[in-house]
Amino acid sequence: MDFFKLIDQLSEVDADVMGRFDSRRAVFSSLGTAAKRTALAATPLFLGAIFQKAYAGTTSTPVEVLQYALTLELFEQDFYAKVKASSQYAGASATDKAAIDQIKGHEDAHVALLRGAITGLGGTPVAAAPFKAAVFATLTTFNGPVYGTSQLGIAQLLEDTGVRAYKGRAGELLGTALLTTALQIHSVEARHASKIRQMRGQKPWVNPGDDAVLHPTYTSGVTGPTSTTTPFGYGIPAYTTASPTENNTTQSGVAITTALGATYTTADAAASFDEYLQAAEVLDASRAGGLVGA
Amino acid sequence: MPDTPRPIGSDAPQLAQPRYTPIKRRSFFMYAGATAGATALVLAGCSKDSDTTPASTNTTISLGTGDVGVLNYAYALEQLEAAFYAQVKGLTSTPLSPAEVTYFTQVAAHEAIHRDFLRAAINRDAPGKLLQDLTPNFSGIDFTKRTMAAGDSKLGILDAAKAFEDLGVAAYNGAGKLIKSPAYLVIAGQIVSVEARHAAYVRNLITPGSFAADDQVDATTGLDKALTPSTVIAIMGAFITQKLDASTVGH
Repeated sequence: MDFFKLIDQLSEVDADVMGRFDSRRAVFSSLGTAAKRTALAATPLFLGAIFQKAYAGTTSTPVEVLQYALTLELFEQDFYAKVKASSQYAGASATDKAAIDQIKGHEDAHVALLRGAITGLGGTPVAAAPFKAAVFATLTTFNGPVYGTSQLGIAQLLEDTGVRAYKGRAGELLGTALLTTALQIHSVEARHASKIRQMRGQKPWVNPGDDAVLHPTYTSGVTGPTSTTTPFGYGIPAYTTASPTENNTTQSGVAITTALGATYTTADAAASFDEYLQAAEVLDASRAGGLVGA
Repeated sequence: MPDTPRPIGSDAPQLAQPRYTPIKRRSFFMYAGATAGATALVLAGCSKDSDTTPASTNTTISLGTGDVGVLNYAYALEQLEAAFYAQVKGLTSTPLSPAEVTYFTQVAAHEAIHRDFLRAAINRDAPGKLLQDLTPNFSGIDFTKRTMAAGDSKLGILDAAKAFEDLGVAAYNGAGKLIKSPAYLVIAGQIVSVEARHAAYVRNLITPGSFAADDQVDATTGLDKALTPSTVIAIMGAFITQKLDASTVGH
């Protein structure tokens, strides 16, 4: 275990990592001594104590939030890896391939970043969250007219879900630099969602005219298990009530279409705010959870 | 104008060793990113009109403190975006295609909704603290041009839209950690992803496939940009008549 590598990895997601040590001088002067005693410096418990102390109070379970994010990214990464290995992708235009390659590259980067951060916090990163091969086999077109049998149609669901999923847990990282990193990933997912939608001839933003508008990702209404443990081995917040649907036109108690002094259409009102999803909803069988597996 | 680079711990000089250059590098990218993201807007601000800027008052308007400050900061951004798209939408002669006009009209509605929603929320939650109406200064934008050509001193419509949307994304990303109320954080998150959708759309219009290009999303980390309020306000300064002070936002 390389302490300096850990700091390096953490600094990639948390620029304030050095500031988190309540006394940098104390920690590092003691480490300087300890580093000479390689046995102590190489003890994971010793490092874990430093990091847990550094992050204590910022959030109750930063590792669990990061594990959740990693799960989503692994899932997307595997999906795009399967796309890239498919004959449908091989037959796509160079422009479309380039877009998929760029998106896949970002998912790869997110996976590496989150793995490093989780390791740095003393956790063991989630190993895998594969997209079900049997379901993938039903995606017979690259960009066909039916979203449910098209690779890009499912990509749109995954990206829009990712955008909603990050919002659902942002509050647990309140006031931390980890939040900034999560937001920086979140907006990239939104760019991806916009691009995939454009490739499909859909509007770049969520709207009632989407061909997939009746999919559970957009309509909400979770009926599945509400356990606070996941198949991935980490905990998630308890499910409360169904999150707002994507065609929601009331934000923070304000009726967007009528209460703002100007008249706005329901489509514009719905599209101007993306909604959030709780972890229990995202991992439910009706959504992404139902697509994870061997 | 650029943000001050994060000090690497002046109380621990032993840290300034080669082993810690990754942290320095990260700070550098935040710094460099701010500069790169600002380029287009600074360019606009440097048009020849800047010598003859209408006499602006020397009074600086504070955005306020705490969460209200963050909301006013967002309100300032949305005022600017809404005013820009309203002007685009109102053009009697436009260089945009009919399809582009259709989508820009929707974007104009989204931004107007963001502006009006924030105004309503601030008036409800913090009566008397609402930032005043800002006066846009779009003298650095040529509304007859779709994009700027070589030799042009002003931004085209798409250039300006891209700059505003990317700036908005970076602004919300950077402001998130300043927010103390989870409810406001969720609202900010709900807005920023829509700005990112806009940004990806406009970028693709200018350069197909540039929705999340390496100049905006770091290819190594896969992270979008995040800027501090002071940096963003400094960039915005070229486009509004009033002088804003973001130094207390979130504090």
